[in-house]
Amino acid sequence: VGPVQFEAAPTAPWTRVLGVSALAFATALAVAGALLLLLGVNPLRAYAVMFGGVLGDARASAEILRQAIPLLLVGVGLVVAFRAQFWNIGAEGQLLAGAVGATAVALFLAVPDRAIIPAMFAAGAVCGAAWGFVPAVLRFTLDVNEVITTLMLNYVAIFGVEWLVHGPWKGQTAFGFAYTDTFRDAAILAVIPGTRIHWVTLLLGVACALGLGWGLARTRLGFEVRVLGQSPTAARYAGMQPFRTTVLVMLASGALAGLAGVGEVAGIHRKLLAPEQVSLGYGYAAIIVAWLARGNPVAAIGTALLLGFIYTAGDAMKVALQVPARVTDVFNGLILLFLIGTERLLAYRVRWAPKPNAARVANRPEAGP
Amino acid sequence: VIDVLVVTIVRAMAVATPLLWASIGETYAERSGVVNLGVEGMMVIGAFVAFVVAHATGQPYLGLAAAGIGGGVAAWVHGFVSVTLRANQYVAGLALAMVGLGVTGVLGRGWEGIPLDATLPEISLITYLGVAVAVASWFVLHHTGPGIVIRSVGESPAAAAALGINVTRVRYLCVVVGGVLAGVGGGFLSVAYRPSWTEGMSGGLGWIALAITIFAAWDPVRVVGGAVFFGALFHLSFRLQGAVAPELLRMMPFASTIVVLALTARQRRGQGGPEALGMPYTPGER
Repeated sequence: VGPVQFEAAPTAPWTRVLGVSALAFATALAVAGALLLLLGVNPLRAYAVMFGGVLGDARASAEILRQAIPLLLVGVGLVVAFRAQFWNIGAEGQLLAGAVGATAVALFLAVPDRAIIPAMFAAGAVCGAAWGFVPAVLRFTLDVNEVITTLMLNYVAIFGVEWLVHGPWKGQTAFGFAYTDTFRDAAILAVIPGTRIHWVTLLLGVACALGLGWGLARTRLGFEVRVLGQSPTAARYAGMQPFRTTVLVMLASGALAGLAGVGEVAGIHRKLLAPEQVSLGYGYAAIIVAWLARGNPVAAIGTALLLGFIYTAGDAMKVALQVPARVTDVFNGLILLFLIGTERLLAYRVRWAPKPNAARVANRPEAGP
Repeated sequence: VIDVLVVTIVRAMAVATPLLWASIGETYAERSGVVNLGVEGMMVIGAFVAFVVAHATGQPYLGLAAAGIGGGVAAWVHGFVSVTLRANQYVAGLALAMVGLGVTGVLGRGWEGIPLDATLPEISLITYLGVAVAVASWFVLHHTGPGIVIRSVGESPAAAAALGINVTRVRYLCVVVGGVLAGVGGGFLSVAYRPSWTEGMSGGLGWIALAITIFAAWDPVRVVGGAVFFGALFHLSFRLQGAVAPELLRMMPFASTIVVLALTARQRRGQGGPEALGMPYTPGER
């Protein structure tokens, strides 16, 4: 193509990754703007609300951090699952399972005040892990596609939570509403004053991101996860046990989503309520967090903040411009779509090569057979 | 007793119809080697488009035709991202599902609660047509030249390309046909099953359609059986109201999907999915 030459580039420098991701993000915003125009909303005003109203406002900025907490925990878990090529689409259900576990401890177990928060986190992690364990086992013992099982388990968790809050766990004080009793004070997470940032969960998320980042890069198990993700056959030949590794990965991924669920009920709502209020689609949005982080758990800290920003901006637009809440889904979906659509740009590099030579023809990526 | 049986079959077929259309569509896409997890999104787009067009024109069949076009356009996006740009098919499909649910939720707010005059009965031509399409698809896929082309592209795109088959074109065609069928299935929801528009009215049927495709081992005739089975499950959960908590009943079809896939896993061994399912094809690569 003219004096430039395209050639395959095995790894893209991080500046390019960042640049291409920003391009995808901007394109998604532009397309979403066109949709807003259809609704009769001036997209420029929407962007003004999105950036000026959110980033320029201290309370809204704090809200970004609070939305980023579940996104980070779930996202880190999904990074690890995706690295092992396990398509965990069930984080939404795993998060809800964690919320249920924490609620059970908070409402029904006689745990001393000092131990109740750790007990709730432990219960949430166990429940989330159990929710992730089932698809991993089914995939390896019976070869059942994990995309389907994890998705179906989301619905099982959603209706399960609905059943609990309408039925057996319905609060004494809830009257007509579908939620449980409020947790006692000892079972509620402290927040940074003036915000809704439950900092314990935030620290937990950052610690998990750093810990898993280290573990994936530096430990034997991390190595096995990476090999399994790149070539299951190579992993088997090397004497690794794909089943064991996958189960461990899914236990971790589910447990992290479960922790996020604990944070939501103990830090924000102080009770278990309707599933769509416990999780605002964090389990699905975290797929974007993980994909944007490109396999790096530490990078999920940044991408969780970005998605937290989208959630907060969606809320701000809902209030300021009276657009439906689903606008967040539009942004999320478009970002994901453009993100993977532009991935091809990372696989090649353009080089200035004025003189045509034989190598140019041979390296042409799109050359037919 | 016979009345009950007839009612049961009618109601089961009503839920089975959208599942049937969507699963046949997914069968085409997957037989050509492309997984499209966006069925839920394409169905909800179909439901919205069908409702708007049927409401505007008073013609339910016109609504369904428009739903097919809507689903086809959405599927084309999936084709572009996953076939031309060779992006990860799973993620592309999930993105499509999110966009479909989001866009229809945003655009459809003004249409909620509006009654529809131009409706179809629950069992209509669309149900019979769905069964006919299934049988025809089975014949096409297994007994005609184009069917062999589709299946070979799904099994080994490189070998197909070596025989002069345009892999990209075949995959696009199958993905778009899949979207058209899913769109019609979704349209059935808003003009026949529940003549109205509600945000997210596909309610997980798209994901179950995906499961049926696997459950039926990518065979359109078996898809009919799978769709009727799940239709019956949905109806059963409706009939048991009063005896069991409604939330648990609504959970049942989804939980059953996992159980059914696990129980039938052993029988499916040896007739797994198309060999190149989910793998992008780079022209010239072997």
